[in-house]
Amino acid sequence: MAIYVGENTRLVVQGLTGSQGRFHGFRNREYGTNLVAGVTPGKGGTDLDGVPVFDSMAQAVAATDANTSMVFVPPAFAADGILEAGAAEGIELIVAITEGIPAQDEARVFNYLKQTSGATLIGPNCPGVLSPGKANVGITPPEIAMPGPVGVVSRSGTLTYQAVHELTTRGIGQTTCVGIGGDPVPGTSFVDVLERFQADDDTEAIVMIGEIGGDAEEQAARFITDQVSKPVVAYVAGVTAPRDKKMGHAGAIISGSSGTAQAKQEALGAAGVTVVDDPTSIGEAVERLL
Amino acid sequence: MDLFEYQGKSLFARVGVPVPEGRAARSPAEARSAAEELGGRVVVKAQVQVGGRGKAGGIKLADGPAEAEARAAEILGMDIKGHTVHVVWVERASDIAAEYYVSFTLDRGAKRHMAIVSAKGGMDIEAVASENPEAVVKIHIDPVVGLANWEASELVYRAGLDRATARKSAAAVLKLYEAFVSLDCDLVEVNPLILTKDGEIIALDSKVTLDSNAFFRHPDFEDFRKAFTEDPIEQMARERGLNFIKLEGSVGIVGNGAGLVMSTLDVVSLVGGSAANFLDVGGGAGADTITNALDVLTNDPTVKTVLINIFGGITRCDLVARGIVEALGSLELPWPIVVRLDGTNAAEGRSILEEAASDLVVPAVTMREAAEKAVELAAKG
Repeated sequence: MAIYVGENTRLVVQGLTGSQGRFHGFRNREYGTNLVAGVTPGKGGTDLDGVPVFDSMAQAVAATDANTSMVFVPPAFAADGILEAGAAEGIELIVAITEGIPAQDEARVFNYLKQTSGATLIGPNCPGVLSPGKANVGITPPEIAMPGPVGVVSRSGTLTYQAVHELTTRGIGQTTCVGIGGDPVPGTSFVDVLERFQADDDTEAIVMIGEIGGDAEEQAARFITDQVSKPVVAYVAGVTAPRDKKMGHAGAIISGSSGTAQAKQEALGAAGVTVVDDPTSIGEAVERLL
Repeated sequence: MDLFEYQGKSLFARVGVPVPEGRAARSPAEARSAAEELGGRVVVKAQVQVGGRGKAGGIKLADGPAEAEARAAEILGMDIKGHTVHVVWVERASDIAAEYYVSFTLDRGAKRHMAIVSAKGGMDIEAVASENPEAVVKIHIDPVVGLANWEASELVYRAGLDRATARKSAAAVLKLYEAFVSLDCDLVEVNPLILTKDGEIIALDSKVTLDSNAFFRHPDFEDFRKAFTEDPIEQMARERGLNFIKLEGSVGIVGNGAGLVMSTLDVVSLVGGSAANFLDVGGGAGADTITNALDVLTNDPTVKTVLINIFGGITRCDLVARGIVEALGSLELPWPIVVRLDGTNAAEGRSILEEAASDLVVPAVTMREAAEKAVELAAKG
């Protein structure tokens, strides 16, 4: 089985008519994802290459039974777009690709969704979710992946691609590759994804890619100690990053003495995780464990 | 973006938190005239984007204009934790009856706002918290609801702030929270928030970090940057839309994606070298972006060699290769470039570089190999 996205995914793209939304939305469809609708306020009633476009999420879901939304709305309007998806009854998963959403907006959206909506948010500022051979909801180039037994979860886009590529070139496939994003308030955390991989019968090993900032890796380490029996390989980026600088991602910052890569590596190591010090060693480490 | 103290205080004044009157000065003479305008006793304070100024001797009292000029002459040019002082803030001295601590930040683990209030302000709050935990009151705030009046009041009473002026300090706490949210701050910290002998509540210091992702809502915040003395290469990179951070080493790094670039710095260090910078060209970089990135690095004399590490997703390796070839033609590159291309159109990219047949381009297959070659070349420098 795959987690989050698969054969039952019915995808609506918020911002399908924009250049990024269109490129990736149709690339996802080409891969086999069931793309059922697009939403752009003011463009309702038109269609794009056979995909109907609606003015609102509520209309799109009512007409197409979409259950998954991918958000390509620009940063100034993305929080609103996510809330709209959360309010549309029937939407179970929201994948927010947008980078650059203000942290205050993210904090409000995270808490409001938790209080009012049953939908799961992945992202923002993430590459999305790819279940090889089944569905791709996001911007990951799908040709680097292949179906198989490894679950991948990561805070970084290009490092996910790197890890997946290392696995695939060794003939090791993936159940699902989940990018949880590089922002300070991600909708889905390592712990949420680890829980799903642990429960997924097809996933035999897990690759986890963290980076400096926050304590999500430390929380994951505690969860792994208590509840994960499958082997985990981890890499943490930012060992040499200076303090108090945002390293590209809004969430990749060592604040004072908290959020260092060393502390995360130690916590994961103590939880029995195989911690590698170079992302290109991930494939080799997984091969040894399988 | 970390603000200077006086810039943060200007934001406090906007939401109605009282701050002492003062003037910014960039020379001892300016400090003198600032003190003349203010009259009486003043405090001369170094403006740097780092904490610990007081201990470093960056804050001094002055009795009148002549002394203010002398103190400013001592402070200007001073080095505080690697930050040179170019600006001082001259403000009217306050009569302090009590010093408090107030801060608001996002607790990433709890995914909620966190308020911290203490009656033991004016010192390092982490030290206070470890020696005397009950003196520091922390609460989480639901960002959907915001800080309620009763919570502000509870914070003030629980932390043991002066009871007679509790309403005033609770009002200041509420207004500081309003600034934190409405001005899109990552951090608002006031240490100390003081009670004066006249019973007034005043923010005597400020530490404010703004969220640059929210600048579209606050277009005037860009102006704060004018007061900073930015590293010239960082400034050039920013003006060209590149995500760049200057570091101490000799290997210039160019890559796509924050995670991959961070990890490239780590691998360079792992094989015994050190990176001269962090430079993320982002997703979907074209040939121009690569040429631009290399051009910026030519301005940094500490760079001895450059490592380009690309894993193509949206970014196409053939375009990256074209950018490198173009830079070889149009720029006078003073160093070799080690290039590792993988992912989308990597084979095409590699053959473009091969055809260019330049001595300056050193191909590498893996990230580690690329790092080893770059570190070796930088050592030859």
